[in-house]
Amino acid sequence: MTSPIETEGSGASAVVSGALPPEPGTQAVELAGRSPGRLMWLRFRRDRTGVICAVVVIGYFVVALLAPLLAKLPGTDPYTLYGQDPTYADHPVLDEFGLPLGYLGGVSGEHWFGVEPQYGRDLFAMLLYGMRTSLYMALGITLLLMLTGVVIGLIGGYFGGRTDYWIGRGTDFFLSFPQQLFFIAFMPVVTSFFVDPREETPTYFRAAAMLIVLWLLGWMGMARLVRSTVLSLREREFVEAARVSGASPWRIVRKEILPNVVTPILVQFTYQLPNTILSIAFLSFAGVGFVEPTPDWGRLFAAGARYAEQDPAFMFFPGVALVIFVLCFNLLGDSVRDAFDPKSGR
Amino acid sequence: MVQFILRRTVGAFVTLFLIGAATFFLFVAAPSDYASLACGKDCSPQRLADIREALGLDLPLAQQFWDFMSGIVTGRDFPAGHCSAPCLGVSFYSGDMVWSTIMDRFPLTLTLTAGGAVVFLLVGIGAGMIAAYRRGTLVDKVATGASMVLSSFQIYFLGPVVLTILVYSTGWMEDPKYVPLTRDPVGWFVGMSIPVCVLATIFTAQYTRMARSSMIEQLAEDHVRTARAKGMSRRYVFLRYAWRGSLIPIVTILGIDVSSMLGGAVVTELTFSLQGIGRLAVDGAVNKDLPLTMGVMLFGAFFILLINILTDITYAWIDPRIRLS
Repeated sequence: MTSPIETEGSGASAVVSGALPPEPGTQAVELAGRSPGRLMWLRFRRDRTGVICAVVVIGYFVVALLAPLLAKLPGTDPYTLYGQDPTYADHPVLDEFGLPLGYLGGVSGEHWFGVEPQYGRDLFAMLLYGMRTSLYMALGITLLLMLTGVVIGLIGGYFGGRTDYWIGRGTDFFLSFPQQLFFIAFMPVVTSFFVDPREETPTYFRAAAMLIVLWLLGWMGMARLVRSTVLSLREREFVEAARVSGASPWRIVRKEILPNVVTPILVQFTYQLPNTILSIAFLSFAGVGFVEPTPDWGRLFAAGARYAEQDPAFMFFPGVALVIFVLCFNLLGDSVRDAFDPKSGR
Repeated sequence: MVQFILRRTVGAFVTLFLIGAATFFLFVAAPSDYASLACGKDCSPQRLADIREALGLDLPLAQQFWDFMSGIVTGRDFPAGHCSAPCLGVSFYSGDMVWSTIMDRFPLTLTLTAGGAVVFLLVGIGAGMIAAYRRGTLVDKVATGASMVLSSFQIYFLGPVVLTILVYSTGWMEDPKYVPLTRDPVGWFVGMSIPVCVLATIFTAQYTRMARSSMIEQLAEDHVRTARAKGMSRRYVFLRYAWRGSLIPIVTILGIDVSSMLGGAVVTELTFSLQGIGRLAVDGAVNKDLPLTMGVMLFGAFFILLINILTDITYAWIDPRIRLS
């Protein structure tokens, strides 16, 4: 491992490629440029799969961010019921059974990915807006999870002894919750902290409830990882040296230990983010997350499962988009890990 | 060994108690309860109080919690009748015994979880081993690539796709449904084969990757190389020496994965509209049904902890070094 001071010093100035837009999704890639990471960056750049996947992942975040603009291209929005609204009566998109006219779920010049059966909402716009909801919410939740995990792991690993023991027991306790059952059972409960369940729940409160539920049961992996890394770092010579030269615990954590945990944190981040996205999608799929008419990726799957018998094409675009996204993110995670630690061959 | 099992069991009961407490207090801390939900919008305070009394919600919280937890061990008496030993109370919403409701639904979830585990362990580990054995060949590349792609699929996407192909458009199979194994083994197998395979597909992919890398690591170990150097055949070394060692990380991960397997079963139930534990959790939450939610959470946690202990025992059996520590 390289000198931690060197790592820390160049941390801020390490945004590598000016050409890429400063998207949050690129963080993994940009931070890969941190020194001692000029080398890592070079290694990463040689990995063709990694670069392609990074571009795809960034592309998803850009597309999601630009959702309103992109939906303007065909001139649609995710809320209009093109099948029922009399304004669009001269452009019928649904037949008398409520199924889309035309091929592949009603793909046309106006509705690029087809329309939703029954309502006739535009799938292209719904998917873009849904991706925006899912991706940026997942990004926020993941950052919060990582932060919590890092802090708890640092405390446990650095102080050790009794503190570590109890933090460890607490982590085990949270790990033994049946996660998905907990998500399903507590989403309505947590939501009812914000509003009376008999009233309409605003979308922001639903998002907040999801954040709380996912946050509560999501930080443990990170905490364990950071704890074990810190535990071994604590005994290293440079930490010892800092201690005898009179550095305060806070300074040791900040200047000596943290820079050395950045690598595992980043690698974990690239695995955690797609997981969070899938968890959010799961909540909406189970019917306890976002509800009508909020466009959300997971909700499209719930609708898709409902329409699968009559209109299987509806599921196609959201599903393929999700598979490509998760696949690229997983490959990107592997590439980032390889770039940081070339010894860990696949 | 006995001490090890004993210690784990005590720990599991403490955890269960804490999970019960967390579930209970989080649930009752929510401002609205079942009574006001059952009472409706124009609810007179008198009627609300009546409902609360009938459900036992007027008792102090600690009392309610204690009644619930002690009822699991000793059983309880309700106006509806006696509820014997593992008593999880009576559902507010349906008035049924929670324990018997769970027992009614659990075989389905167990079929999904256990059936899925059998399929993905056999196929996943098998494919991973073959890929490792023929490392670098076309077989290996296909197995690695396919597992990478398949592990990116989601149950709620793959499920409808498989249904569309096998059921809706071709009619080769019937809609998945659950028939108890004891009543009709063939119907049970046919009815559950699609959900089990869809659930297993996602996990198979992960386990293929894991088994492959674990096996490759094992093959690089000194004792394996020594055995090869002694002149033992590759196949013999592979099956006798490397195989056992490569299982250790897989069993570890399997133990950690029980929770996500149960979660996967829940998603599968919702995807195929099957009436299992996951559906019960949804019902309990939507109807603000405290006993049902408590029961499902505790049962789920119990299941996970039980399998975890079993995994640890298996682990100690595979690797004797664990027992000593």
